[in-house]
Amino acid sequence: MDDLKLIVAPSPHIRDNDTTEKAMFTMLVALLPVLAASIYFFRMDAIRLVLLSGAGAVATEAIFQRLRKQPIRVGDGSALVTGVLLGLIVPASLPSWMVILGSVFAISIGKQFFGGLGQNPFNPALVGRAILSVSFVAAMTSWTPPIDVFTSATPLALREGAASIPDLFFGSVAGSLGETSALAILLGGIYLFYKGYLDYKIPLGIFVSVVAMALFTGQSPLFHLLSGSVLFGAVFMAVDPVTSPITKAGRWVFGLGIGLIIMLIRTWGSHPEGTMYAILLMNAATPLINRWTRPRIYGQGVKTSE
Amino acid sequence: MRRVGSFFGGIYPKSAKASTAGTPIQLLAAPDTLVVSLLQHSGVEAKPVVAKGDEVLKGQLIAEAGDAISAPVHSPVSGKVVAIEPRAHQMGHSVTAIVIENDGQDTWIEKKGHSDPVQLDAKTILDRIRESGIVGMGGAGFPTAPKLTPAQGITLDYLIINGCECDPYATSDERLMIEYASDIILGAQLMAKVLGARKIVIAVEENTPEAFAALKDKAGAIEVVALPTKYPSGGERQLIQAITGREVPSGSLPQQAGVIVINVATARAVALALRDGEPSISRVVTVAGKPIAQPQNFMVPIGTPLEHLVEAAGGFSQIPRKVVVGGVLMGGAQFDLQAPVIKTTTCMIALGEAESVTPDSSPCIKCARCVDVCPAQLLPLKLEAFGMNERFDDAREYGALDCIECGACVYICPAKRPLLQYIRFAKMEIIAREKTPS
Repeated sequence: MDDLKLIVAPSPHIRDNDTTEKAMFTMLVALLPVLAASIYFFRMDAIRLVLLSGAGAVATEAIFQRLRKQPIRVGDGSALVTGVLLGLIVPASLPSWMVILGSVFAISIGKQFFGGLGQNPFNPALVGRAILSVSFVAAMTSWTPPIDVFTSATPLALREGAASIPDLFFGSVAGSLGETSALAILLGGIYLFYKGYLDYKIPLGIFVSVVAMALFTGQSPLFHLLSGSVLFGAVFMAVDPVTSPITKAGRWVFGLGIGLIIMLIRTWGSHPEGTMYAILLMNAATPLINRWTRPRIYGQGVKTSE
Repeated sequence: MRRVGSFFGGIYPKSAKASTAGTPIQLLAAPDTLVVSLLQHSGVEAKPVVAKGDEVLKGQLIAEAGDAISAPVHSPVSGKVVAIEPRAHQMGHSVTAIVIENDGQDTWIEKKGHSDPVQLDAKTILDRIRESGIVGMGGAGFPTAPKLTPAQGITLDYLIINGCECDPYATSDERLMIEYASDIILGAQLMAKVLGARKIVIAVEENTPEAFAALKDKAGAIEVVALPTKYPSGGERQLIQAITGREVPSGSLPQQAGVIVINVATARAVALALRDGEPSISRVVTVAGKPIAQPQNFMVPIGTPLEHLVEAAGGFSQIPRKVVVGGVLMGGAQFDLQAPVIKTTTCMIALGEAESVTPDSSPCIKCARCVDVCPAQLLPLKLEAFGMNERFDDAREYGALDCIECGACVYICPAKRPLLQYIRFAKMEIIAREKTPS
């Protein structure tokens, strides 16, 4: 037994087999129904935008990691997730060079400038979209109707009654590629939840405050839940672990805050949709939320028996 | 049965108990040479009272307690002291040990047992526990006599006997509960008498139904509860929370919450000491893990080298890359299998190549699973960052000293980050700084 070469390392000596790569891969799988729905409704445009955005994001990530003399970790899938997400939240008619530019901005300004994976305060895909929205106002609000449908403004711009609830649910309305079909988004969300990668507190918080605000202002809660980016934002954007709170209470605050801001913008703001800004604003509030919602440590604030 | 509560956080590692849980404890004969360490407990080393060349009997005192927080050591066999010198120890450094050559006769000292020890008065029981060298056998090794002597003014109402063996491999306590339930009950009654505790609760995990039934059968008025199987249910503070709903105040001992927690093997050692007059010279050790040919539980004389246990279990059927003593979640990795079994050695687990290599870590994605599983309700990812950046004041403010080092955060981390290493580093620095006033 003298020739044994035993490894000495600190405890614990066993680990769960989950990895960051698996989390990212599961996210991509969860996006498949949404991708399928957007291909069904928008055909080649969906494929074009998602592929270009994904490729742009991965390439940007690799270039930045090279420039920063860091190990190339694009294999972890995080950049691909950002790229695919960005591709799914732009209008189908967006020119190719614009979506590529958006993905470059998302990864560079949105992520690598802050130090790469885990360090960015804002959801990188939404940073990309925000930059596109302010840079190319016309292209980013020119909504192509899905095939076989004849509306061209989004239901949100036209307000209630512009689309039936079943249309909103299945997705045959104008809108960003991946955001129109509530059914596809819910399927993806259920899969993520089942796999343990989605904390229900954030989406539920968003839904609760959207519904509450809609009732409070005398609007249709179902219309507000199903139209625009609320569902997609709640299920795929707000739950981004890097940019959402780490405490349980904080996740409730975060979700409720997003829903509130969405409805403030939709009801009284000058934009028809507010999901993107709501999430970005609450991203900014996340460090503060974390600080204010620290759980009480076991045994602290407990009196001794003397 | 009373509904038992739970504790914060926790993880559900895959159980690897099946290979040893179903087989009775096998008595292992003492090897030719035993290495009896002077440090088998937390606190100060014991002081030898024998010299090289002395003949000793089985159960004879060979080292006395070094201080109030220490414990005496007894000879596990009859034979001759051949050396008193530094020897390999499970903690990684050498510790003085009394090396005894076994004469194979097992000649006992005169045993002073008592047919009905519950009749003895509290002081006699406590003295006997102290003299018998009994220490916490669940792993921490805190000497039992001082533990049963709470500070002035403390009212204890609970004595919890801890049979929650939450490590995924260990089954030594489980087998002990199945095979020696009445000894454990007797030990519990004796300690309750010392403490004047009003309530005795024996706690096991739900994944040990046979142990639960065995204890229940002998328990009489003593309550036996089964806790949901979740790591670290065997943690002292977690067990207190689950059973009493109380929390141990930060920085205090469990007695401050009116509770004393004693491991089942310790309870049996108390029964042996009082009823049979046998000091703490043997214990049950689980020998398991993929590379072990015949995993099983052994009743082992203290001082048996670990490599002797491997041989008794059929040797290695494949090359081990890691050997862990005390459980795969909190135990220490060994590099020298000549280190002996001590009173706290619950199990020895061998791991193969794939299980032994520490995975590369990647950046934290703030998924906060470590936060979700932390039984102390800490924010391990923040503490790791504070430790890494040497922000020790922040680490203290965020409760680094309340970390129980259970390792649940590291277990669950998908980025495979060395969270606990940085928390330990921060704890050490905080404690060192507070000792040296600036």
